Amino acid sequence: MAETKLYKFEVLRFRPESDKEPVFETYEVPCMEDWVVLDALNAIKDDIDPTLSHRWSCRMGVCGSCGMLVNGRPILTCAAFVRNYSGTIRVEPLSNFPIVRDLVVDLESFIDKIKSVKPWIIRKLEKDLADGEYRQSPEQLEEFKQYSMCINCALCYAACPVLASEPEFLGPAAIALAHRYNLDSRDEGNAERFDTLNAGDGLWGCSYANECSQVCPKHVDPAMAIQQAKLTDALQWVHVLPKKNFT
Amino acid sequence: MEVSRHDIVLVGGGGAGLRAAIAAVEASPSLSVACVSKLYPMRSHTVSAEGGAAGVARDDDNLDLHAYDTLKGSDFLADQDAVEIFVAAAPKELVQLERWGCPWSREKDGRVAVRAFGGMTTKRTWYATDKTGFHMLHALFQTSLKYDRIVRYDEYFATKILVENGRAVGVAAFDMRTGKMHAMLGRSVILCTGGAGRIFPFTTNAAVKTGDGMALAYRAGVGLKDMEFVQYHPTGLPGTGILITEASRGEGGYLKNNKGERFLIEYDYGVGGKAELGPRDMVSRAEMREFQAGRGFKGPYGDYVHLELMHLGEEKINERIPFVRELAKNYVGIDPVFEPIPVRPVAHYMMGGVDTDLNGATELPGLFAAGEAACVSINGANRLGSNSLTECLVFGARSGIAAAEYAAGSTSGDEKSALEQARSEESRLERLRGKHGGEKIAQIRRELNLATESGCGVFREEESMRAGLDTVVQLKGRYADIGLTDRSVIFNTEVVQALELGNMIDIAETVVLSALHRRESRGAHTRTDYPTRNDGEFWKHSLVKFAADGPRLSYKPVKKTRWELEERKY
Repeated sequence: MAETKLYKFEVLRFRPESDKEPVFETYEVPCMEDWVVLDALNAIKDDIDPTLSHRWSCRMGVCGSCGMLVNGRPILTCAAFVRNYSGTIRVEPLSNFPIVRDLVVDLESFIDKIKSVKPWIIRKLEKDLADGEYRQSPEQLEEFKQYSMCINCALCYAACPVLASEPEFLGPAAIALAHRYNLDSRDEGNAERFDTLNAGDGLWGCSYANECSQVCPKHVDPAMAIQQAKLTDALQWVHVLPKKNFT
Repeated sequence: MEVSRHDIVLVGGGGAGLRAAIAAVEASPSLSVACVSKLYPMRSHTVSAEGGAAGVARDDDNLDLHAYDTLKGSDFLADQDAVEIFVAAAPKELVQLERWGCPWSREKDGRVAVRAFGGMTTKRTWYATDKTGFHMLHALFQTSLKYDRIVRYDEYFATKILVENGRAVGVAAFDMRTGKMHAMLGRSVILCTGGAGRIFPFTTNAAVKTGDGMALAYRAGVGLKDMEFVQYHPTGLPGTGILITEASRGEGGYLKNNKGERFLIEYDYGVGGKAELGPRDMVSRAEMREFQAGRGFKGPYGDYVHLELMHLGEEKINERIPFVRELAKNYVGIDPVFEPIPVRPVAHYMMGGVDTDLNGATELPGLFAAGEAACVSINGANRLGSNSLTECLVFGARSGIAAAEYAAGSTSGDEKSALEQARSEESRLERLRGKHGGEKIAQIRRELNLATESGCGVFREEESMRAGLDTVVQLKGRYADIGLTDRSVIFNTEVVQALELGNMIDIAETVVLSALHRRESRGAHTRTDYPTRNDGEFWKHSLVKFAADGPRLSYKPVKKTRWELEERKY
């Protein structure tokens, strides 16, 4: 067995059938040098306390399942190396979401918000499949590519100060996704997304704290997407720009 | 117990599942699909696919060439009729994904770009940098949100296929959030649950790849085909098993041993001029031979070789394979712009799966399967890289349409027996939740992993496979005595792990059993005691069926259309 070092973890536990409120439980876990927090959680689950519940799958930072708060900061636990922490490591479920159990939060509102911006290609006319792909230059692709990198991990929702007080706020990932489709040269759905984006709990609620972009593990920069979307939608509002694609 | 009724019950929301769901609702204007998945669909393992999806796209290419490459890659075990259908449908399906917003990488003129891949004669692999699976999956998921008739049951775990009058009429699945069992009733069922890489200790596969759908079908009496063929990917990161895409070699990367030699060129491993772009089975074997010859590097997780990308330069690495750079930096602390990446063979993909026809139909009427969970088969004894994402699309769509037609042409039964079966699943779940027993889930899983690794690694031989099979059978016995400590009904992941482990044990048994009895070397199945291909005896598909007293192995013929068998040499 390779060398291990003992780390102390404080993990938030909440079992709704028996707990009135969440409590921290402490575990001492021998960790290998290259372990991430998720490895430690799995070690707890396997060998110390099988009642711990948490979500995970790909353990390579792309499925978006394992976001939690580590020492208060939203992060993918599969990318949070234990060696980068000193002292006790505190693991909690993502903030701004109701806790279902332990480290598992209720993501239904998040999924609903994603759906509400119509994140699919909308066109008046479709070219026949047999006619091949729509041409899109590398520059046109570059326009929206960054905003298509979102893995739906919801870290930005946990970090957003607006969501902390206004749970109905559409939120960074959904707005960035709407913006991604609006910027796609193949899409003509801008007008259909306009009302959702500009509703009372839409993009104008953003206070530009930039927390979302700070925690985004994929450098999507949703804060930038929101500011760009505000500008284009404001211009639409005053009819400087038509409600369609601008590329 | 809750009861839900739809026309089609789909289990699995990855690439194949979502494609099937969309195809089904588009095929019929009133049909509804229940999409039952143990995780949110966009978290499915399709998300981890990196390099690309194959389909003829250029004038210098043609369908016959794609078919031939695929057949040769399969060591001629793929069904030729299936391969012909596959290559013909591939380009259209990839264009369809383009319509649905997949951000394919582009040429300067705006056409979709294609890259080189292992075993492919010419460039035909469509890609979205090196996150192709991620982008395809999210495009499919987001597009699926358009259809209200795709009704998602996210984080529901399916435990049994419900069968009435010899037809599949739904599944029993429980809501992980409440622990409540649901009878999901329909007139046809599609399984798109992926492979079972997690039966191996060292794998690129996500935690969810526990062979659930394969096990469901198997217990419903459907044969599992060609289960001995497990693909070892030649470039996984030591320790974690994280995949470093074949596109890194497609874009010009080298594999080198501890003498600094490009060993695929220096020594005869059968890949000829293809060198690093040889098919995966051959390159993985070559790496193992290098280790045996003492030409590997030594590390804490065993031997490895070097994947060199430095000569590609930072710009190309950033443009074509940025995720490789991100993964190498994060997980092994190496920046491939300046240093080689340590890599070794890692269990990656199951060529075998639920035995289906060309439309994804199984021998159980009403039951369909597609994607890695299924074996049509286009992959035979070794899949070519970038064929599997396309396979998810082509056969996902075909099975979705076929399941819609089947549902339209059949009537619902009286549901009595189906509901009884679901109720009995409800009791089984309850018993499992409070189960006392001396065996631990994690311990059995570890021993299972050791048995598959020693029995069915890159190289195999009679004795270690027999020992592996004995161990798996013993573990099956011990599994009956597992104990669970979590009594909660709410998001009880211990129960999920227990059910997954049961599935993994059954699947591992079919893998080792099929491997033991295939006394030849073909594709990814390499036996040191039978080192050559034996077409006379073994040009046939293995088929394992469930029986109460242990699995039964039989064989079925391979379908041939236009291509003669030849020696597989590049």
